[in-house]
Amino acid sequence: MSKYIILGVVLVGLAAAPLTGDTYLMRMATLACMYAVMAASWNLIGGLTGYPSFGTAAFFGLGAYTSGILATLGVALPVSIAAAGVVAFVVAAIIGFILLRLKGHYFAIATLACVELLREIANSATDLTGGGMGLNIPRNADLGIFAEASLFFFAMWGLLALTAVVCLVVERSKIGFALSCIRQAEGAAEMIGINSTLYKTLAFALSGVFVAMAGGVYASWVHYIEPGDVFDILLTIKPVVMALIGGVGSSVGAIVGAIVYIAAEEVIWRNYLDFSSGIIGLTVVGLVLFLPHGLGSLHLRLRGKAVTP
Amino acid sequence: MIFVQILVNGLVLGSLYACIAAGFSLVWGVLNVINLMHGSFIVLGAYLALGLYLSIGLAPWWSLAVAAVLFFGIGYLIQRFLINRVIAAPVLLSLTLTFGLDLIIQNAMLYVFKADYRSLKLDPALGSLAFGSVVVPVDRLIAMIFALLLTLALYIVLRKSRVGRAIVAVRVDQGAARLLGVNIPSIYAIAFGIGTAMAASAGTLLALTFPIAPVASYAFLGKAFVVCVLGGLGSVPGAVLGGLLLGLVETFGAYALGPEFAVMLSFGLLILFLVVRPQGILGRWGFE
Repeated sequence: MSKYIILGVVLVGLAAAPLTGDTYLMRMATLACMYAVMAASWNLIGGLTGYPSFGTAAFFGLGAYTSGILATLGVALPVSIAAAGVVAFVVAAIIGFILLRLKGHYFAIATLACVELLREIANSATDLTGGGMGLNIPRNADLGIFAEASLFFFAMWGLLALTAVVCLVVERSKIGFALSCIRQAEGAAEMIGINSTLYKTLAFALSGVFVAMAGGVYASWVHYIEPGDVFDILLTIKPVVMALIGGVGSSVGAIVGAIVYIAAEEVIWRNYLDFSSGIIGLTVVGLVLFLPHGLGSLHLRLRGKAVTP
Repeated sequence: MIFVQILVNGLVLGSLYACIAAGFSLVWGVLNVINLMHGSFIVLGAYLALGLYLSIGLAPWWSLAVAAVLFFGIGYLIQRFLINRVIAAPVLLSLTLTFGLDLIIQNAMLYVFKADYRSLKLDPALGSLAFGSVVVPVDRLIAMIFALLLTLALYIVLRKSRVGRAIVAVRVDQGAARLLGVNIPSIYAIAFGIGTAMAASAGTLLALTFPIAPVASYAFLGKAFVVCVLGGLGSVPGAVLGGLLLGLVETFGAYALGPEFAVMLSFGLLILFLVVRPQGILGRWGFE
């Protein structure tokens, strides 16, 4: 029960950001929602199903470009974002069907290669994407700074709420049970009649949908995207680290991990600009070595119990 | 004749790729660890060669020996005290650990060497050899020969030496190796040390042919991935075959389609191989 309370507190807390009227704080809250969507989505395939996907950036970029290109054609924001979700679902289902027969490092590398491949395609398909010059996305209307910040904050926040609900429903449902069976012993899961290909593909496709929609919102939010920016490998890595902070396997943990990470990153950035990535690296190393089950296992550590990776 | 020239360029590039990938493949195959620091070790080796050349005039192919010894020690310690602690955990943890360590190295490199691209220019320049209309720069030829010698040395160590046989034994059947008295954590550390030494040594040679910068590490890491999957994991002949194949595909692909397609081609090939033949051309074991 406690995870629902934590989720509720987090969502309400984030929604309070516009009340402050501080656009800087709202920018951070929007980013936190965006990464929370990505971390919770990654948890579906990486945590629940146990397939270490490094393809998050592929779907983020795919969504950003799908929705960005539609927006330049004059399609309204909600439609273009929904379209990004649909395209990502189809593409992720196809990629997943092909790649989910690989395991462990092979799967990780194959999904990483998808990011590189899509980035190169976006770089070369100049007619459609503007190539390395990037793509300018027109504003919907001239709203004023605060109204626009609120619009994109609530778009990201709504997406996070939707993602959280879907993830929790999946976790509790027959699908979630099948996925954790696959994680524990795929062969045994098949023996008891779980169609593992179907469920894995479904998990991978679902993990792509919300990431792509977040990419779509991001594209309209920043008004300009280019391949190196939306297919950035860090967009793949950060959600994994966030899920590790929250404890792999729990979607609420991933969401909390994302918020902790974004807050910590901002503090480090502001204070130690030259050493920011090094400090993040140290944090990651410390986390893997001492708290491999996330911040939630801190109380075990403090009571002197062994926490093995 | 252009065909022969492209062939030669491809083979030169391919030998360097083979050398880059041999150590990466050893670590991945024996320890089941993907070492995301591999690219950074290559770049550090290149900076070492640059530094030694500018300060005491030591030629890069001699810096190679310095890099090998120094980075064997560094790799050994990293594995012994850090990675060995998560070696039994799911692959996600060891991958994330090497990513975190790589962030630290990258940050340190950016701070010390700055982000600019630099290159090692030999003085006097070595010029190039011409065979008919085929031209090969001498520095590239030297880099190629040393890269092949280094890879051959790794092959001989794994085939003939006692520690090499132990490494291969751990790779083939860890349980049996332990029963026969092989000290597994120590072999892991030695194998990782060798992988790191190979990366840094390859870096000293790459300094002759590629511009170097901290960010260049990711391109080298990407090549190592592709070569490993093409050739087959954990085998030196596999790395050589995969490296030469990638070198040829890239040079011929760049000639036929344009240089911007070289990267797309190599990653397309990677995905194709993962789907169709994930154990690689020569691979037999290692595919889960």
